[in-house]
Amino acid sequence: MLAKRIIPCLDVRDGRTVKGINFINLRDAGDAVELAEAYSRYGADELTFLDITATVENRGTFRTLVRSIADHIGIPFTVGGGIRTEDDVAALLDSGADKISINSQAVAKASVIDDLALRFGSQCVVCAIDARRNPAFDKDGQDGWEVYVHGGRKSTGIEVISWAKEAYSRGAGEILLTSMEHDGVKQGFAVDLTRRVSEAVGIPVIASGGAGTMEHFTEVFTEGKADAALAASIFHFHEIDIPELKIFLAQHGITMRKQ
Amino acid sequence: MNIAIVKYNAGNIRSVLCALSRLGYEAKVTDDPKELNEADRVIFPGVGEASTAMAYLKEKGLDEVLRNLKQPFLGICLGMQLMSKFSEEHDTPCLGMFDVDCVKFVLPKEYKIPHMGWNTITCNDDSLFANLKEERWAYFVHSYYVPKCEQTIGSTEYGGIEFSSVLHKDNFYGCQFHPEKSGDVGETILKNFLEEV
Repeated sequence: MLAKRIIPCLDVRDGRTVKGINFINLRDAGDAVELAEAYSRYGADELTFLDITATVENRGTFRTLVRSIADHIGIPFTVGGGIRTEDDVAALLDSGADKISINSQAVAKASVIDDLALRFGSQCVVCAIDARRNPAFDKDGQDGWEVYVHGGRKSTGIEVISWAKEAYSRGAGEILLTSMEHDGVKQGFAVDLTRRVSEAVGIPVIASGGAGTMEHFTEVFTEGKADAALAASIFHFHEIDIPELKIFLAQHGITMRKQ
Repeated sequence: MNIAIVKYNAGNIRSVLCALSRLGYEAKVTDDPKELNEADRVIFPGVGEASTAMAYLKEKGLDEVLRNLKQPFLGICLGMQLMSKFSEEHDTPCLGMFDVDCVKFVLPKEYKIPHMGWNTITCNDDSLFANLKEERWAYFVHSYYVPKCEQTIGSTEYGGIEFSSVLHKDNFYGCQFHPEKSGDVGETILKNFLEEV
């Protein structure tokens, strides 16, 4: 049976991971490759790297890092952040990334999704959607959500479910859905929104934002119908360790990969 | 050992090279018939679409070359599907090493397509599966599948369909999953292909 996936997300700036990541036995906590290897050993099913490098000059650093990650880890990984052109995508995939995620760029020009899916295949095109509650979009007694871009700072006037459907129909291979309302609050994922998106599209949905306890993962996989769940700081700071989380979820009837 | 990876227009060759390198092997990426014939092992990776890949192989005359290879040969993902007789993906006649057709997943709405993520393989006692632990999880990404047939040596279930995740006939092997992305299980299978078969 297909397993639900647990995905740690690492922010990378100038080739190094940010946030005070505190992993046991790491010589250098900022070394993204060493951290990726550790997560891979501890049962992460996939990894996501977001490049938050501010300058264009340092983009090359990220590509070098992607090559090094591909050299060292034997599980799939997605890279995102700052992708502007098809050539950016080609360079990252050639460096060994399995998937790329696009967000603002796809909202600005939706046909980017078609172009990337056609050239590289849907399986490597992840459409990231940052969502915020907007009562103006409430309909039929259901909460309305709006798509935000530029790291959740800029509203777009686009409703989330319709955008997810459009991304799917244009050839996205996966949706990475982040609730900006829930992100960092540790009060649980946006379960209702995740379920609605998951039911609206025929591709896997990765839920992100809000994980605080192991029960939150159970909720998003069962009620939320998520195919994968992504989190950052709770893993980095050992608030939840992946091996224990996977045992817990398996005990609650959720299919988990065992190593 | 002289390992050749078939060079064609269906990407992600770098991941295979990285996995081999972690096992201590180097490989040559080539579309030269002589180099392919002389290799001790041939790996045929693939991410992409069947008709485009077949058109390219035919144009280069590689279809005949691959079909007639005698050394252990491993097709991965699309590579494996191209080793069937025919693929429903754009109705494409394929290489025909395996006596079976590749068909599209038709599943109830709650099952997402592609079948993407980690799933288990039920294996027989083929030497390709030597030294594997009890838990046999592998990473899959595909929208078409090869049904179970006589040449199936490993199978996987998705959406109520039990399909061929590993095939073997004579010197030809195929994996629907990506051994190069399947952690320790994948590395063991790759190692077995190089050392046990």
